[in-house]
Amino acid sequence: MTEGQPPEAPPEEVPAPEDTQYTPSIAARLAFAQRAGGVITPLLTAVFAFFVGGIVVLVTTGKNPLTTYRAIFDGTGLNWLFPWVSGAERTTAALNLQQTLLLTVPLILTGLAVAFAFRCGLFNIGGQGQYTVGAVSAVIAGAYVSTSHLPHVVLAIVVATLAGAAWAGIAGLLKATVGAHEVITTIMLNWIAFWTASWLFGIGGPLQVSGAGNESVPASETVKETAKLPVFWGDPFLQGLHIGFFVAIGALVVYWIILNRTTLGYGVRAVGFNPDAARYGGIPVARNYFLAMAISGGFAGLAGAMDVLGWEFRLDQTSIQASQIGFIGIAVALLGRNSAVGVFFSALLFGALLNGTSTTNLDPSIFRPELAQNLTLIIQGLVVLFVGADVLILYLWSLRRKVRRQARPADAA
Amino acid sequence: MADEPILELRSITKRFPGIVANDGIDFDLRRGEAHALLGENGAGKSTLMNVVFGLYQPDEGEIRVKGEPVAMKSPRDAINHGIGMVHQHFMLVPVMTIAENIALANAPTHAGVLLDMDAAEKRVAELSRTFHFALDPRARIENITVGQQQRVEILKALDRNADILILDEPTAVLTPQEARELFAILETLKREGISIIFISHKLNEVLEIADRISVLRRGKLIETVPREGATEAGLARMMVGREVLLRVEKAPPEPGETLLEIDGLNVRDDRGLPAVRDVSLTVRAGEIVGIAGVDGNGQTELIDALSGLRRSESGRIVLAGRDITNRDARYVLDAGYGHVPEDRQRRGLVLDFSLAENIALHDYAEPPDSRFGWLFPGRLIARARRLLQEFDVRGGGPRTRAAALSGGNQQKVVLAREIGRDPRVLLAAQPTRGLDVGAIEFVHRRLVEERDEGRAILLVSLELEEILSLADRILVIYEGRIVGEFGPDVSEEELGIAMTGGGRETEAA
Repeated sequence: MTEGQPPEAPPEEVPAPEDTQYTPSIAARLAFAQRAGGVITPLLTAVFAFFVGGIVVLVTTGKNPLTTYRAIFDGTGLNWLFPWVSGAERTTAALNLQQTLLLTVPLILTGLAVAFAFRCGLFNIGGQGQYTVGAVSAVIAGAYVSTSHLPHVVLAIVVATLAGAAWAGIAGLLKATVGAHEVITTIMLNWIAFWTASWLFGIGGPLQVSGAGNESVPASETVKETAKLPVFWGDPFLQGLHIGFFVAIGALVVYWIILNRTTLGYGVRAVGFNPDAARYGGIPVARNYFLAMAISGGFAGLAGAMDVLGWEFRLDQTSIQASQIGFIGIAVALLGRNSAVGVFFSALLFGALLNGTSTTNLDPSIFRPELAQNLTLIIQGLVVLFVGADVLILYLWSLRRKVRRQARPADAA
Repeated sequence: MADEPILELRSITKRFPGIVANDGIDFDLRRGEAHALLGENGAGKSTLMNVVFGLYQPDEGEIRVKGEPVAMKSPRDAINHGIGMVHQHFMLVPVMTIAENIALANAPTHAGVLLDMDAAEKRVAELSRTFHFALDPRARIENITVGQQQRVEILKALDRNADILILDEPTAVLTPQEARELFAILETLKREGISIIFISHKLNEVLEIADRISVLRRGKLIETVPREGATEAGLARMMVGREVLLRVEKAPPEPGETLLEIDGLNVRDDRGLPAVRDVSLTVRAGEIVGIAGVDGNGQTELIDALSGLRRSESGRIVLAGRDITNRDARYVLDAGYGHVPEDRQRRGLVLDFSLAENIALHDYAEPPDSRFGWLFPGRLIARARRLLQEFDVRGGGPRTRAAALSGGNQQKVVLAREIGRDPRVLLAAQPTRGLDVGAIEFVHRRLVEERDEGRAILLVSLELEEILSLADRILVIYEGRIVGEFGPDVSEEELGIAMTGGGRETEAA
């Protein structure tokens, strides 16, 4: 009976989705802008953060912010990329860039850890704890196992990754089985990792470095030469850049492939976007929560392994307690909008900031170094604030729509 | 009845970014008339009324009340000019009495400070008597019916001396009986000189209540016609812009083997209260069984239990010979279910996914979509392209985000996915909710075609007309029980009585 239907029915449908009833609010337009300009928003966020940071510089020191930023930029070594930089300046730039990239490596990985969980609708605050657990596992595997070079490196990496995955998996399991909120559980797991690691390598701790004269050194054993990652750029004795850089790049690719080319990633994204629809579609929501957390923790654990096997070689109580790599990963993921490319660039930005404002790199006559480090924190905080603010607006927007939808269940409009 | 317009809109234009919601609309309302504003979703009806009520400012044009040009800066201005609006969802405090709710909007006071409840109650009683509302001022909102709540909303407007009443889709939440009562009340209001603007997309009720009908399509006023001489088909053509088949043509059913069998099913709702009570029914191949009922009588819980999303307390569900009682959604889907869910945006679609990904929602983890956990996006897209064409989805291709589509096309995507899996039993829950005439026509035709293909279809709908025009057998659900079974030729009245617990009351104790 449908045969008689003319194939060229007139164009139908107004361009607006019906449920918005012609009322695009600021938030709806913002959402549109976000989708349209996936690159523009984070860029603006970063620029704005630097702008406000510049005002802080001006107000607190009375110095020209541009001079300060220029000095920080040179400290990052990114000027190595400019072909006109040559001679001694180029040598210094190379050294600086190696240090920047050395920080970028774990930031990429902890950024991915946060981003992956995000894609499943989970907020993994526990990157720091998972990083610590990974670093501890890598140090143990690196220092106490004896085998030849390649297997040793691989073993230490695998152990650290699995340890991070298991650590985050606890939170995932709690979420999947009893619905415990992952923000709470990962924060608690952070502290458990923090104090356990401090105790292990602390004075009198079971894994404190042995040997005469070391009794008062709260640190671990140093990993064996066979477990160290080869340095491919720069001098190994001057903390050159190790091959973990390629591991991090590889992790970015793996991240993209898992999400976009595997059934696992499909399930994770479906649950992240709409758990109700996923459940209706026959996707096991709880299992995806667990898997997403475990994979997320694996990235963070890998970050710990890269630092220990790449340049730290041992852990001490102070560095364990002072480390912020996992937390900066949250800002990395937020600014990078949870995409592989975005995470790479925002990790580079934060790595550069950390290195460019470090005491060793910044000329004290231009900017007091202790202030400079605070500047990094300020910019980091502003980035999270601005990124978080528009996410917050979107969240409130979706909540409002949800409430509205529930308020009129028999809606026929 | 004077012919001088009490409200006049002159070439009202309202633009939103990227769209003209109202394009030079002229409209007038005469004293004591009911003027219907008819149009599909998104035609601009609500925008126009929001302009009148001061919620939006028009970009161009003029509003005149009783001959005077006025500026509606806010709803307060509108109220001061005697305009009252009854929204689709009521703004009442459930735990308060009717009089208290009225007093919230416009409180009589002693000496300007103290609330004068007696005066408020007296006023409610008085108004209720004048307009035959039959409302008890001391009754609590939570204890009265939806129809009565709507009357309270109307009363609220009248209490503020409104002589122009805007009703936004007033029958959407009512049973047929309540709708009839509403129409009687509207007649009384008209006699008392109140003018009514009635927003609707239902042709039959517009023809029943309106004196004149204005049809909007895509922001433009197509025509204003008197009720005399207007026909459903003619109005539908004006609304959609082409001929529409209003009645579904279908051959008598040829029922085959029983494919879905429910036996003594009991299900509890989210609060742990019994929602589905001892429901037994069968659906056979090649027939459409319709479940009619007022919203909230256990339909949602029944559907959830049938589709593996909610545990049942007791009873048995057998689908094509397989026991699917309390099995998960995955198992149920594999057993041969297609499920068009009640809420396509919450459940039916992942709005941030592309159409191709949405169509793969049930099958992405199996060949040919994937193998050993590896997804083949090319295959997803190829299948989606085929299905989108077959189901005439417009406004996007396989890579378009589902959120970018209109409601009608989103629903077609859901249908494409569910029917594309070749299910034996199709569970269609409110398949045309929120859709406009053109899309409804498509969905209905498709459901009948699928029936003729030999699928068993269980249709749950709040729209009586939909049930009556599609179902071969009609079951009425009331308070979680099946309280009656009817043939397709039952009258709306008879169904309506059963839906509100009348007729077979003995069972519902």
